[in-house]
Amino acid sequence: MNEKTDVIIIGAGPVGLFAIFELGLLNISCHVIDNLDKPGGQCAELYPDKPIYDIPSRISITGQELTNDLIAQAKPFKPVYHLNQQVQKITKLETNEWLVETSINKKIQSKCLVIAGGAGSFVPRKIPLQNIDHLEGKNIFYSIRDKSKFKGGKLLIAGGGDSALDWTNELSKIADVTLIHRRKEFKAAPDSVSKMLKLEKEKKIIFSIGQIQNIEELKNEKIKVIVKNDKEAKNYEVDFLLPFFGLKMELGPIADWGLNLDKNLIKVDTEKFETSEPSIFAIGDINIYPGKLKLILSGFHEAALMAQECFKYCFPDKKNVFRYTTSSKDLHKKLNST
Amino acid sequence: MKISIIDREGNKHILEADNNSTLMEVIRDKGLDIEAACGGCCACATCHVYISDKWLNKLKQKDDEEESMLDQAFDVKNNSRLSCQIELSEELDGLELELAPE
Repeated sequence: MNEKTDVIIIGAGPVGLFAIFELGLLNISCHVIDNLDKPGGQCAELYPDKPIYDIPSRISITGQELTNDLIAQAKPFKPVYHLNQQVQKITKLETNEWLVETSINKKIQSKCLVIAGGAGSFVPRKIPLQNIDHLEGKNIFYSIRDKSKFKGGKLLIAGGGDSALDWTNELSKIADVTLIHRRKEFKAAPDSVSKMLKLEKEKKIIFSIGQIQNIEELKNEKIKVIVKNDKEAKNYEVDFLLPFFGLKMELGPIADWGLNLDKNLIKVDTEKFETSEPSIFAIGDINIYPGKLKLILSGFHEAALMAQECFKYCFPDKKNVFRYTTSSKDLHKKLNST
Repeated sequence: MKISIIDREGNKHILEADNNSTLMEVIRDKGLDIEAACGGCCACATCHVYISDKWLNKLKQKDDEEESMLDQAFDVKNNSRLSCQIELSEELDGLELELAPE
């Protein structure tokens, strides 16, 4: 049996999170899917510590604070989060419901879809060299699901952030690790950096300054990575290369769902924020309409209007009575019960 | 003021810029291929450019935040900068730069 809900929200950024609340006010239940390991989208991933000044009534709020508050505000409506997975495929069922399948084969069914995908899913930034795609999953890994794969191997790890340092420290226990980074300063947590430097001192890993210049495939299943710094170029013959250059945003499978697009943005009307496909809505940075401004506050407005229309799909026989949150007794009960 | 930009195909563009903008905004708004994913708050590295050597010293030095963000870019050179961190002013009239590879 597939899991079932009223609405599936794709994207757990600020606008997706506020959509849970707006739908919840109308008794519409939600599941939320996001490719990151946490809700918050760009606010949590790109600028958690940076201030935002144009959220009404909040004189200044950081990306993470805004995320935390939106999660707390949505909580009484008991959303179900499905993190670390990307929506791969959507199918319209005979019942007019949507079946959504994710990258880890989770299947969820709903009456409406709300795409709040921002600038796309966060995926690892890949090395911009030609002809290395086929090495991915064989010699080159941008993320690690099963570290036992690297046991006893010769590894080159590249990068200066938390992922690069944490994996250098961890994999040094089971493999022969060299870390390369473009400078001697690291962005990673100071604790991980001192651990790495201690391992280097004990000659358990090698650290070298340089940047990847080229990658060649060798006949013995290994690869040759050419690394350059100001003084010299060095060749590393290794089993595996693990580059950690942060995340980037990519529209991904949404582009293939047959929706009307304009330069990778989804066209919607400004009354219901519905796409060219009935019962699929798009809100926040991912949509486009005349006068669109990519602001969080615009996304909040779009979420409220979208919810009104979703109500008709979710409860076709019921009348939606407009109520203010200030005076709704039902709502007070719900919010106070948690 | 004018700035001169070489794109990734090697074509030269002379752009008219106003000095209330950042370099990234001028490149983006004139439709050159620059992602600038975070919108200019120094939280990604997708507005990476190479500044021509003769202009490099005329710019305000990069701060720690820009330097660590450059860790996520490729082919970082001594003249690498994130264009969202460069505020244009009349003294930079004629600035020459090149877009870094994606």
